[in-house]
Amino acid sequence: MSDVIEKAIEQDYKYGFVTDVEQDTLPPGLNEDVIRTISAIKKEPEFMLEWRLKSYRKWLNMEEPTWAKVSYPEIDYQAISYYSAPKKKELKSLDEVDPEILETYSKLGIPLEEQKMLAGVAVDAVFDSVSVATTFKGELEKHGVIFCPFSEAVQNHPDLVKKYLGSVVPHTDNFFAALNSAVFTDGSFVYIPKGVRCPMELSTYFRINAAKTGQFERTLIIADEGSYVSYLEGCTAPMRDENQLHAAVVELVAHKDATIKYSTVQNWYPGDPKTGKGGIYNFVTKRGICLEENSKISWTQVETGSAITWKYPSCILKGDNSVGEFYSVALTNNFQQADTGTKMIHLGKNTKSTIISKGISAGKGQQTYRGGVKIMKNADNARNYSQCDSMLIGNQCGAHTFPYIDVRNPSAQMEHEASTSSIGEDQIYYCNQRGISTEDAVSLIVNGFCKEVFKKLPMEFAVEAQKLMEVSLEGSVG
Amino acid sequence: MLKIKNLHVSIDSKEIIKGINLTINAGELHAIMGRNGSGKSTLAHVISGKEGYEITGDIFFNGESILGKTPEDRALAGIFMSFQYPVVIPGVNNAYFLKAALNARRRAKGEAELDAMDFLTLIKEKIKLVEMDESYLSRAVNDGFSGGEKKRNEILQLLTLEPTFAILDETDSGLDIDALKIIANGVNEYRNGDRAILAITHYQRLLDYMKPDVVHAMMDGKIVKTGGMELARELEEKGYSWLVD
Repeated sequence: MSDVIEKAIEQDYKYGFVTDVEQDTLPPGLNEDVIRTISAIKKEPEFMLEWRLKSYRKWLNMEEPTWAKVSYPEIDYQAISYYSAPKKKELKSLDEVDPEILETYSKLGIPLEEQKMLAGVAVDAVFDSVSVATTFKGELEKHGVIFCPFSEAVQNHPDLVKKYLGSVVPHTDNFFAALNSAVFTDGSFVYIPKGVRCPMELSTYFRINAAKTGQFERTLIIADEGSYVSYLEGCTAPMRDENQLHAAVVELVAHKDATIKYSTVQNWYPGDPKTGKGGIYNFVTKRGICLEENSKISWTQVETGSAITWKYPSCILKGDNSVGEFYSVALTNNFQQADTGTKMIHLGKNTKSTIISKGISAGKGQQTYRGGVKIMKNADNARNYSQCDSMLIGNQCGAHTFPYIDVRNPSAQMEHEASTSSIGEDQIYYCNQRGISTEDAVSLIVNGFCKEVFKKLPMEFAVEAQKLMEVSLEGSVG
Repeated sequence: MLKIKNLHVSIDSKEIIKGINLTINAGELHAIMGRNGSGKSTLAHVISGKEGYEITGDIFFNGESILGKTPEDRALAGIFMSFQYPVVIPGVNNAYFLKAALNARRRAKGEAELDAMDFLTLIKEKIKLVEMDESYLSRAVNDGFSGGEKKRNEILQLLTLEPTFAILDETDSGLDIDALKIIANGVNEYRNGDRAILAITHYQRLLDYMKPDVVHAMMDGKIVKTGGMELARELEEKGYSWLVD
C-alpha cells in the first residue's frame, strides 16, 4: 500500500484531554461492601440494593465470554474503581456545575445551553459515574416526558424502574450485564407517556475522566402506547496508558404503536495509534423489545473509538407487525478490534427486520460482524433483510463476517447480501488525477460507503458523524 | 503548452521510455501511435504524475517543470487524463464525484464553487454531448458501466472540467463505431485554440474523426517518426515493422 493512503488514515484523537476536578473515588476493588456503599451513596431504596447484590452473586459464578474475535490481556476486576464522581454534588441547576466540567463539554462540542436550545436537543451529561446536568427538564415535563439521570428515576419513579429494570436485559443475561447490574452508578432514564411525540431529540454524553475507573452506566427507555422518541448518545474519554473498562447496559421497551430510535456516536479513546497502548474496552449490552403490535425499534450506530468493542444492539420482535432495524458503521484503525453486530429475534407474526452493517478496517484494525437472525415457530410471515459490507484500507487489517440464521417457520423470507471492497491506490490516483486530494478522496469513498447508514441519523448528528469519520481517518495534514 | 525534454523513464530499473522530446502547442492535437508495450501509456501516466517511476529529463507545462508535483496539483493546473481503464468507485455518486472534482478545480482557479443546482444545470447540458442517459449521474462512479459507457463517462468529465491539456489514453479501444463517433464528437466539442490534446491510440479510426495536427510513431520507448495524417494511414496499412529499417 502506498504511503499516501497510510498517511491519510493516520489519526489524532482530539478528545484526549483530562479535566482537573476533584473526584470522590472509591478505592479499587469489588465486594458486597463496595456495592452497599454505592447503593448508600445513591440513597437507593431496598429493592435496588437487593437487585445489585443478586446480580453480583450471579456474576461471581459467571465466566467472562471468550467467543468474540478479540484478544486482550486478562482484566483484573479488583484493580478497577467502581465509583468516581466530581466532588460537588446535588446540583440544582446548570450554574452549579463545576465550570471545568462545562468547559470539558464545550471542548467536546456539546454546548449544554443555548446552542442546544436552538437545536432543540435536551442533553443529559454523564461525567464518570454521575449525571451532572440535564437540560430542558421543565420543557419536557410539560409533555409528561421523563428524562433524568437514572439515579434520580430510582428516587422519583421507583415503580417504573422496578417494573422495567432488567425486563429486557436480565441481570443474568451475560457476564458484563451482570457486572453492570451490580455496580452501575448512573445513566439516563426516559419515559414517554401514551400518545406523546417527544418534542425534541434526547441526547446523552458519556465521558470517562478519572483514571483507573470503570464506567458502568445504565439506560432505560420506555415508550408507552403510540409514543415516539429519538435518542442519541455520544461518548469520549481522555488518553491514558492503561485500559479502562466501560460496560454499559441499555434497555428499550416499545409498547403498542410506539417507536424508539436510538442513535450512538461512539468515540471512546482507541488507544495509542503507534503502539496500541491504552484505550477503552467497550463491552456493552444493548437490547430493545417491541413488546406489543406495530411497535418499532431502530438502532443506528457510528462506532469509531475504543480499543476493543463488543456490542450487539438487538431487537426482540414480540408484538405482531413490529419492526426492528439496525444500521451500523464501525471503523477500526491502527490497533483497534471490534466484534459487533446485532440480533433480531422474531416472535410475533408479520415482524420485519432490517440489518445494514458497514465495517471499515484500516491500519492493523480487526473487525468482525456477528449477526443473528432468529425466526421462531409462531412468527408467521416474518421477513429479514441483511446486508453486511466490509471495506479494507491497506493490507494489514482484517474483516470477518459471521451471520447466523435460525429459521423455525417455513413462511419466513430471508435475504442476505454481503460484500468486501477496498480502497485501492488506483482509486486514489483516479481521484487525484481529477484534482481531488488524497484525504478528500478517502473521505469521499468512505462516506459513499457509509451513506446508507448516515442518512438514518438525525440531521445534525449525521454531519457530526461524517466529520468524526474524517477525523478518525485523516492524517494531521490540512 | 507542454514540452518534454529528453525524457527517460524506468520501472524497477527497466527502461521503458528512452529519450523523448516533444512540444505540443495550444490549439494542437498530437496523436501517438504505437504497438503494445512501446511506452505510450507510460508516457501518459508520467505526464499526469502517477507514482512508481524513475525519471530523468524534464516535463514543462506552461513553462513550469511539473515533475515534482503531485497528480492533483497537475490536475488543478489543467492537465487531464482520460484513463484507458477508468476506475470503479463503488458507493460514490457519479455526479457528486464530478462536482467535487469541478469545485476543486474552480477553487484552484480562484472561482466560486458551484452549488448543487447550478452544477445540475451544467451537467445536464454536458451529458447530452456524450449521449448518455441522465440516470448515469446518480449511479456510482463507473460501477457496472460497460466499456463504452466508462469511456463516455471519461469524456463527460473532460467536457465538464474543461482542462487546458487533455491526454486521451486509448480512449478508442474497445468501442464500436457508433460509440467511437460519440467520443470523437465529444473531443471535437472540447477542442479550441487555447487547448491541446495528446491522443494515444493503436488505430487510425479515431483519428479519421479527430483530424490530428501531428502524428508520432512510437517504438521501443522512442518517437521514431513524426508526420501528419498520412503517417497514421501508412501505419494502419503497413504496420510498424518498416519503421525499424
